[in-house]
Amino acid sequence: MPSKNEIIIRLAGEGGEGVISTGDIFTLGSARSGYNVFTFRTYPAEIKGGHAWYHIRVGSSSIRSMGDGVDVLVAFNAEAYHIHHHLLNPGGVLIYDPDTVTPENSDAIQYPIPFNRIARKDLEFVRGKNVVVTGFLAGLFGLEPASLEDLIRNRFKRRPEILDKNMKALETGVAYATKEITKSDPFYLSETNKVGRLVMSGNDAISAGALYAGCRYYAGYPITPASEILETMARELPRLGGISLQAEDEIASIASCIGASFSGVKAMTATSGPGFSLMTEFMGYAGMAEIPLVLIDAQRAGPSTGMPTKLEQGDLNHSLYGGHGDFPRIVIAPGDVKDCFHQIVNAFNMAERYQTICVFLSDQSLSHRTETLTKPDVSTIPVIDREKPTDGDLEGYLRYLNTETGISPMSIPGMKGGAYTSAGLEHDEAGHVDKPMESHLMMVPKRYRKIETARREMEKPNRYGVVDATIGLIGWGSTQGVIEEAVDRVNANGIKAAAMHPKVLCPLPDEELQAFIDSVDYVLVPEVNYSGQFAHYLQANLNVKPVRLNKYDGLPFTPGEIVAKIEEVASHG
Amino acid sequence: MVETATKLVVKDYKSDVKPTWCPGCGDFGVLSASLKALAELQLKKEDVVVVSGIGCSGRMTYFLTPYGMHGLHGRAIPLATGVKFANPDLTVLVMAGDGDLFSIGAGHLPHAAARNVDITVICMDNQTYGLTKAQASPTSKIGHTSKSTPHGVISEPANPVLTALSSGATFVARGYSAKPPQLQDLIVRGIQHKGFAFVHVQSPCTEFHDTFDYYNERIEQLPDDWDPSDREAAIRLALTDDREYLGLFYQTERPVYETTAREWAPINDEFDVETYLAQFA
Repeated sequence: MPSKNEIIIRLAGEGGEGVISTGDIFTLGSARSGYNVFTFRTYPAEIKGGHAWYHIRVGSSSIRSMGDGVDVLVAFNAEAYHIHHHLLNPGGVLIYDPDTVTPENSDAIQYPIPFNRIARKDLEFVRGKNVVVTGFLAGLFGLEPASLEDLIRNRFKRRPEILDKNMKALETGVAYATKEITKSDPFYLSETNKVGRLVMSGNDAISAGALYAGCRYYAGYPITPASEILETMARELPRLGGISLQAEDEIASIASCIGASFSGVKAMTATSGPGFSLMTEFMGYAGMAEIPLVLIDAQRAGPSTGMPTKLEQGDLNHSLYGGHGDFPRIVIAPGDVKDCFHQIVNAFNMAERYQTICVFLSDQSLSHRTETLTKPDVSTIPVIDREKPTDGDLEGYLRYLNTETGISPMSIPGMKGGAYTSAGLEHDEAGHVDKPMESHLMMVPKRYRKIETARREMEKPNRYGVVDATIGLIGWGSTQGVIEEAVDRVNANGIKAAAMHPKVLCPLPDEELQAFIDSVDYVLVPEVNYSGQFAHYLQANLNVKPVRLNKYDGLPFTPGEIVAKIEEVASHG
Repeated sequence: MVETATKLVVKDYKSDVKPTWCPGCGDFGVLSASLKALAELQLKKEDVVVVSGIGCSGRMTYFLTPYGMHGLHGRAIPLATGVKFANPDLTVLVMAGDGDLFSIGAGHLPHAAARNVDITVICMDNQTYGLTKAQASPTSKIGHTSKSTPHGVISEPANPVLTALSSGATFVARGYSAKPPQLQDLIVRGIQHKGFAFVHVQSPCTEFHDTFDYYNERIEQLPDDWDPSDREAAIRLALTDDREYLGLFYQTERPVYETTAREWAPINDEFDVETYLAQFA
């Protein structure tokens, strides 16, 4: 039997019983052993109880999505079995505890392992169950235990009394797989080269990129799935001379960021939908007073409290149109974890250069996704600071000087001759508010001119796929990998498809997108929302009538779902 | 050329913009006291940031020459917090109204006071919404009739001094716009105070809710032997209804947030991205 060195594993069970920690340890262990990983996890909004699952796709070649179906299901309890077993691919593997799960007859390969009993009786360590399972998976799929041992040692280094028990649990799990069962599945993680790769979550990469971009002030309020950014900034900023503030609410968060940016320090806040709604009035202030600011929205399913631990790309409209009045804003959505690093630097660069708010749209799947990536080459990622007034500018200084680019040099407190009042009221070039109508006629176009300047200067999207495509997919945000995987798959099967995935969504790279649209017969826009926010946006700004593919069950696309839609479009064409 | 330090005077801090307040407005007294306080302290105008909210009081920044932020309604304190946290060398003043601080933005003062951010908050309290023309405000007294409360105010008025005291403000004072020299002194001491300073100012609105006569009858200086380190006594005094006490109610010392927050780790201004990313290898 030929071995398969790519595996889709799903661990499922009761929240709080170790599903997430098993997934984390196995994922990190695989990544540290040199394999590529890609995860999706979801858990109840409660701390204990409810149904949690962790999805890992692992293999030796590049992995861009969660894949289709499930190759290996680890059912921690009967509910987990019933919810997920129908997703098992043909020839899939079911791992379960025979004391709690009674599987129906199926063609799945079944490995019963009484991990609850092993933990309780053999190890006298009930909570070691998840480590037994981790060891079993490692033994079954040929993952070297050394990397897992390191992780466990690290995790429990301050608690020696349970370190030994966990090591014993790992060893027991590995031994069970290699000695107690007869392996009859084809999955095996063959040798791989341990090249220098990183393993990070989206929120890890966002925080790292922000620090690299020079962010030295952070304020936020805890909210899923953005809280890890607050936690990282709280840990890292003090040693860089910065401050991270857990503010009293999201309004105070964004307000203090605007205050810090006014003082000349690069500032960022991160939130999710409910907090983003609260921040809206200040988006307009940053636009009006021309203050650089990065606002991360890790989208989750809304509206209102919605589904806090589920995915939705539902905040594009709010990013593009939120707030009263006309004001320019930058909107950026990264495509994957590595892109989070690159694009958050781009977000700071654009916020600083164009002196306005930059909304950065991550989402629940991307912020909490763990991916392997090659180390970002920072020599190719410049850091841009806002334009400051020269000594000459400071004589008769005009803060809102009406320039051709729309960009006015920005003074900061401490600069002699640079004093002005930043105003939410309409103001003239000096910042005076006494002639609002005259000023409005000059200043609205002046502020919007910055967006045209940005459109000229910004990075342009690349085309992906065959050159003579008849079907063009346009996506945004965290769906980049899954869309491109689907394109690869249909291209291999004779359907000619290509994709374009702009990262800067406002201003829209309209020339490149229109050229792409004009080069294909059909345009397909997959997005994880009900109303087709991006499809509408494209239709409003470009000459296109896209076919929509919308998903709103709170989960990411699988490549198969997109392939099926491409095939449908191709067959009608 | 050697730059000689010239003494700064009131007009150095006063902009050319003519105040838009109504004749007799209490806010003129606050403006005058603030200008004199800045001159008394000889603060360089580029090192001062005045942050205001929305309403008649919010226009203050335009009448002054230092850096200013005319912010959003209720949000002067968190804006000022960011200004100060980013650059603790700046002198940061909040000049906001009773609506800003005790209605729409009431959630911010207790937190800023608890953190002991080193800013000075001047509350220009006129017990009415002047710019929107005479609706009741959070500090309007029970029974006060206005366009929005034609049958009289029902809810208990906010007590700014009590709120500041109970939230942990380390400097709490009250002035009166009709007594600019004392107000100037309180603002000077508030700015000199290292920590969160709150100066409540009775600043009547002559147009819609003229309380000058009311306060002229009721104001009283704190006793000569007043002990500003006694927080309980200050709270009892703040609860007094029949008299309106002026002066420094309370002052204490506590670590300042922006200083402590930078003492948690030895500061190394360089971010070494390679070292940082190595933790994810």
